[in-house]
Amino acid sequence: MTQGFLAKNPSVLIFLAILALFTLGTTLLSEAYGVAFLSTSFVKTLGKTLCLCLIAVAMDLVWGYAGILSLGHFAFFGLGGYMIGMWLMYARTEEIVLASLSNSPLPATPQEVSDGIATQIFGVVGGSDLPLIWSFAGSLPIQLALAVLIPGLLALIFGWLAFRSRVTGVYLSILTQAFTLALSLHLFQNDSGLRGNNGLSGLQNIPGLDAVPQATVSIWFLWASAAALGLGYLAAAFTVSGKFGSVIKGIRDDEQRVRFLGYSVESYKLFIFTLTAMIAAIAGVLYYPQAGIINPAEIEPIASIYLAVWVAIGGRGRLYGAVIGAAFVSLVSSWFTGGRAPDLNLGFYVVKWVDWWLVLLGLAFVLVTLYAPRGIAGTLDRFTHLLPPGRRGAPLGPGDGSLQEKEADQ
Amino acid sequence: MSSLLEVSGVTVTFDGFRAINNLSFQIGTAELRAVIGPNGAGKTTFMDIVTGKTKPDSGQVLFGENSVSLLKLSEAQIARAGIGRKFQRPTVFEDQSVEDNLLLALKALRSPWSVLFYTRKPAHMARVATLAAEVGLADALPRKAGELSHGQKQWLEIGMLLAQEPRLLLVDEPAAGMTVGEREQTTALLVNLAKTRAVVVVEHDMEFVRRLNCKVTVLHEGSVLAEGTLDHVTKNQDVIDVYLGR
Repeated sequence: MTQGFLAKNPSVLIFLAILALFTLGTTLLSEAYGVAFLSTSFVKTLGKTLCLCLIAVAMDLVWGYAGILSLGHFAFFGLGGYMIGMWLMYARTEEIVLASLSNSPLPATPQEVSDGIATQIFGVVGGSDLPLIWSFAGSLPIQLALAVLIPGLLALIFGWLAFRSRVTGVYLSILTQAFTLALSLHLFQNDSGLRGNNGLSGLQNIPGLDAVPQATVSIWFLWASAAALGLGYLAAAFTVSGKFGSVIKGIRDDEQRVRFLGYSVESYKLFIFTLTAMIAAIAGVLYYPQAGIINPAEIEPIASIYLAVWVAIGGRGRLYGAVIGAAFVSLVSSWFTGGRAPDLNLGFYVVKWVDWWLVLLGLAFVLVTLYAPRGIAGTLDRFTHLLPPGRRGAPLGPGDGSLQEKEADQ
Repeated sequence: MSSLLEVSGVTVTFDGFRAINNLSFQIGTAELRAVIGPNGAGKTTFMDIVTGKTKPDSGQVLFGENSVSLLKLSEAQIARAGIGRKFQRPTVFEDQSVEDNLLLALKALRSPWSVLFYTRKPAHMARVATLAAEVGLADALPRKAGELSHGQKQWLEIGMLLAQEPRLLLVDEPAAGMTVGEREQTTALLVNLAKTRAVVVVEHDMEFVRRLNCKVTVLHEGSVLAEGTLDHVTKNQDVIDVYLGR
């Protein structure tokens, strides 16, 4: 990444500056490092929102730039969360088991410790053995690596099968949705090895950090999420700013033409699909320790559809649009569904926002699609002169590109 | 003269309909050829086979000095081997600048990794500038391709084809929707290009074909009906029957 890259993309610097200011401001207003204006739970909400912004950037890369409407990226997000959750739960339970066994007269054997952990974790689904997939749960580095590699590998296999068969458009969207549904249904089963619909819980308790209050941990996670979003944004901007971006935008607009230029369209799609799956997984790794719990409901297809709605409302095809959309919609959504929004009394009917929020969101989506297809970011384009020129008047010749009346006058 | 492209005994069936029937076709390394034929003669299917979009049921398609079989290659590999295709409708990437369009087509490494870390080399930028000047778009480099007029888009696409440096160029109805002046320019360009490479022009317009002044292949119902100069084939009784007899 040369100086030329940042000089050519001033919006990246602006974004990073805003992100840094936001992080600094939140820190200074937090309970742990500042004037205690923001509650710890709100700091966690902000930290989680940053993670959602990161997965929105990934979604914008794969949908807004490469034109692949994936309705399954929250599956990769959730898988990342499960992988880190396994370590958090295992290491935490290990501490508890060791503490309780230390009272016994004989030192505990590794087998006893392992059995104790298994009973603690899987008692809730009636099991007492650690499933095979928990083999590495005791090791943070391995589990972190798996958190990125497993979603990446799944995306690679799925993408290879789908793209190689030239499945495109709405058929591909349905396929990604089916894949996501299958994964969440599998995880709902008690014998899936991930505690069925109970999911993994207590993830906010970081092993080894018992002495550190949640207020401080929440700020640490906010910093980590902000750093991940900053780096992810930088990587995404680098990817789309050069010739690679040119190729994937070409694939979005006319796949066949790119093929006849000699580019292997399938490789590019696979590359961007896998890359964004891994970015989504990283976002999930940072999200779930802040959320505290993960269960299969988190990766149902509806979550991925929300993701598409955020990016559409924010403005796809612009990275900052995705961030704006995810931040705006998810924060407004948590305000409306948190019961804090005042009810709207119409006299004959009281609108309770908890029930009506989804209707409002759906309406907003329809309105954006109809009247502002460039989303919220589209309004910013007026200032950066990114808008296409107004080509009003009747066409003067055949074809979409022919000169139009008012152009000819100029 | 050795041939650059050699199609022999190719047959394609779509749901029982024989679009191409035992077709054979050859073209030299530096030759201009017009392919004509009534609607449904298989002109477009022929181009689809050569560019890898359609796989034939039987037959052989060999390309280059080493006689590489094109049937085993993907569209992208065939394009990289040196076959360029110009569609009837101008297809440029409207959301991107003229410069980006040309850069995208410029002969360079095509794999995702090398493209991701691609930097604009001075030699490449100079080539883009030269190409833009050749097709009359030197002033339009930073403009979005979508802003160009229909004719300018045609020229941009031709510039992109030149940037690919193909050894064989397949051109689908280049004269469609062009003014008389543009047609003359296009004729001159095609004749000039054929001095250094093979050019196949598929065309309906007999007047345009006459101006190209080259060997003509007449297709009918998926196979070659006649081949030779335009005067020769227009005197051929079979050709007259096909074009006028019905």
